[in-house]
This record gives sequence, C-alpha cells and structure tokens, in this order.
Amino acid sequence: MSDFPWLSVLIALPLVGAFIVGVLPRERETLVKQTALGVSLVVGALALVMAARFDTGGARFQFDEKYWWIKQFGVHWAVGVDGIALTLIVLSVILVPLVMLASWSEDDRSGGVDVPAKRSVKTYFALLLTLEAAMIGVFAATDVFLFYVFFEAMLIPVYFIIGYYGGAQRSYAAVKFLLYSLFGGLLMLVAVIWLYPLSSKSTADGGLGHGTFMFDELSRMNIDPTTAKWLFLGFFIAFAIKAPMVPVHTWLPDAAQQSPAGALVLIVGVLDKVGTYGMMRFCLELFPGAAKWATPVVLGFAVLSIIYGAVLAIGQVDLKRLVAYTSVSHFGFIVLGIFAMTSQGQSGAALYMVNHGFSTGALFLLVGFMIVRRRSARIGDYGGVQKAAPVLAGTFLVAGLSGLSLPGLAPFVSEFLVIVGTFSRYRWAAVLAVSGVVLAAIYILWMYQRTMGGPKAPEVEGMKDLTAREKWAVAPIIAIIVAMGFFPQPVLDVINPTVKQTLARVDRHDPAPKTTGNVAENGARP
Amino acid sequence: MSHSSQVSAALAQGGDIPAPHIEYGQIGPMLLVLGIAVAGVLVEAFVGRTWRYAVQVPIAFLGLAGAFVWTILLGWRDKPHHVAAEGALGVDGPTLFLQGTILVLALISLLLIAERGSGRAGAAGGHFAAQASALPGSEAEQRSTEAGFTQTEVFPLMMFAVGGMLMFPASNDLLTMFVALEVMSLPLYLLCGLARRRRLLSQEAAVKYFLLGAFSSAFFLYGSALLYGYSGSVRLADISAQITKDAGSETLLLAGVALLSVGLLFKAGAVPFHMWKPDVYQGAPTPITALMASCTLVSAFGAILRVYYVALETLRWDWRPVMWGVSILTMVAGAIIAITQTDLKRLLAYSSIAHAGFLLTGVVATSRNGLSGTLFYLAAYGFTTIGAFAVITMVRDAGGEAAHLSRWAGLGKRSPVVAGVFAFFLLAFAGIPLTSGFTGKFAVFKAAVEEGATPLVVVGVISSAVAAFFYVRVIVVMFFSEPEADGPTVVAGPATAAAVALGLTATVVLGVLPQPILDLAGHATTHMFVR
Repeated sequence: MSDFPWLSVLIALPLVGAFIVGVLPRERETLVKQTALGVSLVVGALALVMAARFDTGGARFQFDEKYWWIKQFGVHWAVGVDGIALTLIVLSVILVPLVMLASWSEDDRSGGVDVPAKRSVKTYFALLLTLEAAMIGVFAATDVFLFYVFFEAMLIPVYFIIGYYGGAQRSYAAVKFLLYSLFGGLLMLVAVIWLYPLSSKSTADGGLGHGTFMFDELSRMNIDPTTAKWLFLGFFIAFAIKAPMVPVHTWLPDAAQQSPAGALVLIVGVLDKVGTYGMMRFCLELFPGAAKWATPVVLGFAVLSIIYGAVLAIGQVDLKRLVAYTSVSHFGFIVLGIFAMTSQGQSGAALYMVNHGFSTGALFLLVGFMIVRRRSARIGDYGGVQKAAPVLAGTFLVAGLSGLSLPGLAPFVSEFLVIVGTFSRYRWAAVLAVSGVVLAAIYILWMYQRTMGGPKAPEVEGMKDLTAREKWAVAPIIAIIVAMGFFPQPVLDVINPTVKQTLARVDRHDPAPKTTGNVAENGARP
Repeated sequence: MSHSSQVSAALAQGGDIPAPHIEYGQIGPMLLVLGIAVAGVLVEAFVGRTWRYAVQVPIAFLGLAGAFVWTILLGWRDKPHHVAAEGALGVDGPTLFLQGTILVLALISLLLIAERGSGRAGAAGGHFAAQASALPGSEAEQRSTEAGFTQTEVFPLMMFAVGGMLMFPASNDLLTMFVALEVMSLPLYLLCGLARRRRLLSQEAAVKYFLLGAFSSAFFLYGSALLYGYSGSVRLADISAQITKDAGSETLLLAGVALLSVGLLFKAGAVPFHMWKPDVYQGAPTPITALMASCTLVSAFGAILRVYYVALETLRWDWRPVMWGVSILTMVAGAIIAITQTDLKRLLAYSSIAHAGFLLTGVVATSRNGLSGTLFYLAAYGFTTIGAFAVITMVRDAGGEAAHLSRWAGLGKRSPVVAGVFAFFLLAFAGIPLTSGFTGKFAVFKAAVEEGATPLVVVGVISSAVAAFFYVRVIVVMFFSEPEADGPTVVAGPATAAAVALGLTATVVLGVLPQPILDLAGHATTHMFVR
C-alpha cells in the first residue's frame, strides 16, 4: 500500500461525490444527504487511516506524489503532507461530516431566518463536497502553483454557499468575501509568478538553474533581500486577509453573520487556517530573511488583532458576529506564535490551528442550533436557555470555555505554548497578548450569562433541547476538545518535526534551552 | 527581398516584368476562404431565394473547415518558416497558429450566425434583418419580414471578413497589411448594421464603426507612408534593417510608428482607441459581436505582434514605455468603466477592452514566451467570449434578446444550467484557476515578469480584481436575486447550444489540461516570426 496515491484519492473522492450528488434527482433529498454524508465519512475514514500511517520520524513530506501537470509552466501535480498539513487535513475531514449532519434540515441551512424560496438541497451538499476536496488539496499541495490553484478554487464554493444560502444581506457578504480573498490571492499570484524566473536563474545568482514551483526546491533558493521582501509581502497580505488579521478582517464578521452556521464552521474553522498555515509554510520558509525583517510589524498587528478582536467581540449583539470576532482574536495568537519563531511558539501555533478549528466549530454549530430554535441571532432575544434546554446550554458552556482557553480543554495547551514561546523572545508582545486572555473571559462568560443564564425569556419558553442528530454532530467535537486538553502529546509529536524544520530554515534557535515536550506536558496538567 | 529588388531593378531598366511567383499551396487557406466568399456572392446572384440558405451554410462550413485542415497540414507537414507571394505574406509558426485559431473561432461563430431558431415566438428568423435595405419601421420591412426573407448575404460577407482576418497577421509588408485590414473591416461594417431587432441601434453602431474605422485606417496608411519615407520600403524586415543601421530621419520613424500604432491599437480596442467597442458590440447582431470579439481580436493582435516583433523589435526601447502606458490605461479603464455597465453586451465589450490590456502585457514582453503566451491567451479568450455571447443570444423576451442585466435576475433558478454555464464563462474572464482564463493570464503575466515588467503585472492583477467585481455582480444577479414574474425565456437552438458546448469544453480543457495547446503555441513560436 506504500505506493497508494492517498492524497490524490482524498482530493478526487469528494469531487466524485459532488458529481454524483449533482446528478441525483432533485426530489430525492434524503438520498442526496445520505450520499453526501456517506462520501464524507469514507473520506474521513481514509484520511484517518492515512494519518495513522504517518511516520513522525520519517521524511518531511510523506505520501508524496509528483507528476507533470503543465510542463510549459514548470508546474507539477505534487502533493504530500508534513505534520502540520496532516493535522489540518484531519481537522477538515472530521468537520465536514459533522457539518453535514448539522445542515440536515432546511432550517439548519437557512439559519432559520427569512427564506425567500425553497433552495436546492443537492447544490448545497455538492458545494460542501467540492469545498472538502479543495481544502484537502490546499493543505496537500507541495507545488506553489498548485497551492495557489486550490487557494483560489476554494473561494468559489464558499461564495455560492454564502450567496445562495445566507441571510438577508447574503449577496453583499458573499461579494465582499470573494473580493477580499480574490484581491489577496491576486497579489500572491504576482509573487508566485515571480518565483519562476527567480528559480530559473543560475545557482550562482541564488536560483536553481531550472524553473520550478516545487516548494522543497524553492525553499533552497537564496533570493536577494529586496526581492524577497516584495515576495514576502505578496504572500503575506494574501494570508493576512485569509487569516484574517486586523485591519483586513472586515469581511469575516459580515460573512459570518450571513452564512449558514454549518458552512461557517468550515469557513472559520478550516479555510481561515489556510492563512496562518501559509504564513508558516510559505512566508517563513521561502523568505526567511524577509520574515525576520517583517517580524516586529507582524507581531504588532498580531497583538492588535488579539486585543481589537476581543474588544469588538465584547461589544457585539449578534451571536455569529461575536464568535467571528473572537476568531480574529484567536488568529492573532496563532500569528504571534508563528512569528515569535521559537519552537514552543510555533508548536503552539500549529496546535492552536487544530484546536481553534474544533472549539470555534463547536461554538458555531451550537449558535446555529440556537438560531434555528429562536429564529434570531441577537443576543438580546435570548435568556435563561439553560432552564429550557440544559444539554444545549451545557455543551455551549464547554465550547465557550474552550474558547477562553480554560485549562483542561484543548485550546489552553496551545495558547499557553504560544504565550510562553513569545515571552522568551518578545516579552512585550507576550505581555500585551495576555490581556487577550482576560478579555476572552469577558466576552465568553458575558455572552453565556446573557443567553443561557438569568430568567427565562418568554420566547425561550418551550425551546427544545438538542435532538439526537444535533448531539451526534457536536459530541465528537466536545470529546476531541476534552481529550486533546489532557493528551496533546500525540498531536504535538506529529507537529514538532515540521516545526523544527521550519525553524532550521529560518535559522532561529530558542533563546532558553527548554524542550517543547516538557512545556507541553506542563501545559497539559491543569 | 531579392525578389523585390529584382523587380525594381527590372522596372528601372524598363525590361520585361517577371511574373510574380506565388506559392499557392502555402497560402491556400486564405485563398480557399476568399474563394468561398466569391462563390457565395455567385450563389446570391444565381440561386433562388428559397435555396440560398441551404447552399450558403454548407459551403461556408466546408470552406472554413477545409481551410482549417489545410492550415493544420501546412504546420504539421513541413513546419514552414518563410515568406510567400513575393514576400508579401509570411508563412510561419505563429501565423499558422493564429490562422488556425481564427478559423476554429470563425466556425463556432458561424454556428451562431447560421442559427435560425427553433421556430418559437421571438426566436424565429435568426438574428439578421429580413431585408437590410428596408427602413426600420416601414411597410417594406413588415412585408419582407412577413414573407420570411432571410439575409443570406451575411455568409459571403463573413467569409470575406474572415479572409481578411487570416491575411492581416500574415502580412509581411505594410501595404498588404492595409489591404487585409480593409478586406476584414468593410464586411464587418456592413454586418454590424444587419440586426433583426433594435435596428436603429444596429445601424447607428455600423455608422460609428465605419467612421471611426475609416479614420483609423487613414492613420494606419499615413503611418505606413511615413515609414516608407524613413526606410524606402514597406517590408517589415527592411524597416527593421533600417532601424538597426540607425540611418534615416528619426522623426519620420517615430511619427510613422505612432500613427501605425494608432491604426493597429484601434482594431484591438486598446484605450484610448476603444470608444467604438461598447457601442458596436451592443448594437451589432450578437453573432457578429461574437465574431468580432473573438476572430477580429485574434487577427488584430496577430498583426500587432508581427509589426512589433518583426519591424520594430530593435526599436523596443522606444515603444515599450508607450506600450506600458497603453496597456495600463487599457486594463484599468476597461475594468473600471465596466463596473457601471448595465447592459450585458456593453459589459462584455468593456471586459474585452480590459482583456486587450492583459494581452498587451504579453506584447510588451517581446520574448518567445511573450509571443506564445499571447497566442495561447487569444485562443483561450476567443472560445470563452464566443460561448458567453452565445448564451446572451439564448436569453430572450418579447423584444428579442434580454441583454439588460436586470432582466437576468434569478436566471439561476429558472434555468440553472444556462446560468451556470454563463457563470463559468464569467469566472474564466475573471481568471479563476482551472479555467482557460487563468492559464492565459498566467502565461502572459509570467512572460512579462520574466522580462522585468513586474509593475505592469501588479497593475494587471489589481485590474483583474476590479474586473472580478463586475463579473461577480452578474453572478449575484443571476443566482442570488429572485426571478421576476415576466422574466425572459431561454431559447436554445441546436446550433447555438453546440456553440456554447464547444466554448465551454474549450474553457474547461484549456484550464485543466492546457499542456497540448501550450505545447503547440510553444512549438509554433520556436523560430518566432519570419522576417
């Protein structure tokens, strides 16, 4: 089985599924949903088997495949995963079936808000499967051109999901989302194109002697500092928009407010990770010098995102917008960890990407369930939900607490690692970032208090608790959050070799001789 | 060169004029298409009205297809790289690629032109006026419509235009190029005025196109005259040689190049010579718009490439900065003005202007990759644009095509397939990966970056982002707004459907598996243009 094209199959399978779903008869809605769910479960199972076969002590890129795609441009169909990409692929394939479960009814998809007309079921599920293929592809690509193709292709299904299935302002939100991402992507395209002539220069001039887009070859180049800075900016702005960082985050709250909750889990939980993943993989390893040059500014924006996102989250009156702003704050932490360039910081950031995917995913799913029941996303329309729907309130609390990084839940480990890792090199940034932790307690607990606690609001009377289907959608995530809160080590073992390689490439060594493993264990003990 | 000097020597001595040597086989595709055009005229004269359509369409198809096969054979059998017809025409890789592209695109356009509708109300009678000479709104018009006349002259006219298009990029001297320009343009002026519905708009478009086109031809001719004054020859190679020698009056040279460029850039629709495009694209019968947006653009860029790569290559340090400016203006103006458009045909016209700007970045590169990238882009864009205009012909209401954007509201719900295909074409225009539009843009931008034109590419991608806005806006209207009660109906004739299918297939294939065509463009440009 060693030659089995794992990643190509993982990318192709959801696409085939999307096609099958697309040709099924429109009226057979249950069949459509079952088919889509079945495909996503098969993909998930396959990805987990692949993950189990990943050799943590092995080569950087495993399960790699490489074929010519467009020879004229020097482009390969080249896929392969390192530790970080693997964990993100696993995150995606776990979330997709859960999102499908959580999008089962018409109400789930429309967010319970004014539906103008019945909307196609099969299109929605076909789009989700297409998105899954693009998500796996974007993390698996080891050719920069291929990465760009998936990066852009990913936008289209999301655009249609928001625009077709979103709330009242859906087309505004969809267009804003697409234009922001496209603009960033096009700046990255210039940088991607530029890499090719650089790599065709002779080795004496810092090139490779032949034009290529293969990541591992490009990362061996010595690009002259000025060019590298421009290229770094091209990539970084695209990723900062995607991540999203303040001040280019404004598309996210709008997209979040309008998007159906299920798709939102994927947009914030996985898609935005492409931004931080890209920073770590491409900005740092392709342009290490420029990355170091930009570090102070990037850290400044990261801290700004942490605090600004948190403060704005406190002020929100819409549940989805609130969670979106908390994500802006969390992404600030991830960027902080990446650019601290210490092993704890980067391990923490990589782990944070996975943890945030689960914890925010759970929050969005539960917010979606609440909206279906109350038909409103306004915080002021709720109150006393825990009396009417105790299971809903309980899981919401766990998800919320994971969002504020309570020890014992997964995000704590990663946030702790990020702050420790940052502190050892950039004390000021770490000190400022800690205020984000305090603010997180405010926005989460205050939201909980206003929606779940207090006297029962009249409209909440008779609100149904979670159904079995909804429990199935959210329970696995809660289980993962708790499990990874206590045993992060297996995931860290997968991540750490990649982090070591990244740091070796940027030529940064930890200031204090601490091993990541120790810190992780300390962090794991609540 | 030796031939022409012999000719002039013979003329000077007053001796016998040697018969020109014509390589009929090498220039066969052009001769075939023009021959079919002449045959078409004879058909108009001698075949009865009821039979004309049935005769014209097959011979036009066979002519174009035969010329295409001939072109393929020429390229495949002996990979020519020489001049023909006493040096008047170049037969080389890039030319054959361009001619092949034009012929295929013309074949698909012919499908649209030949479409007579499926007989349902609002679609019957095709796209052309029953009798062009009948005044709009007059009794004569009514009579001819009721009699069910069809204007079969469009077929020979189209064949003449295509013949001119084939010759335009092949012309190796400025006079031949001028003749080709006129052979191509005059039938197009006529064809623009033949729309069946909204005839006044159509005739207005024809007059505008004719007047502006006549001006630009005059510019071209004046430029050629000045260049003749500079180098003593209209041959592109001789002009190039004169520039290398650095002899002669630089004023004549620069003024000549400037005027010549105006004529060429006008046909390509580059800013500031783009004014005709929106009006003409909107007014002309949509199949003719499709023909102009694809074949004419390919032909015009072919000629631009030949002039700048052959005659003016050594002068590139002088014209490059200007071309940078024109390219930037074209991309930016095309993209920005398009945002305010509410008519789909006008919108696609401005989109075509923006694309001309992207194409010019490939011209600026002045390298082999620039040439092959531009060739690929032209082919990719041609297919997509024909497909898009074909879709526009399908969406109709009582007054003909429903080209106003607001009428397309909710089309995604009414006809998901048609709207989906159109959305795909728009995404290809916007340059989203896995469409031919992306591959093409990548090809020209890569060539431009390799030649150090990175700022130009940055402007290019920024205008792509602006352009994406209005493409996306159309998608928003089609998919995210609710359909109107009396919305347009989708009428898909078999030929139109075939044209859409071909455009779609090409857009997908050139986006996902572009390697064969890229290779072909690469091989075609191995030796660049013949001199």
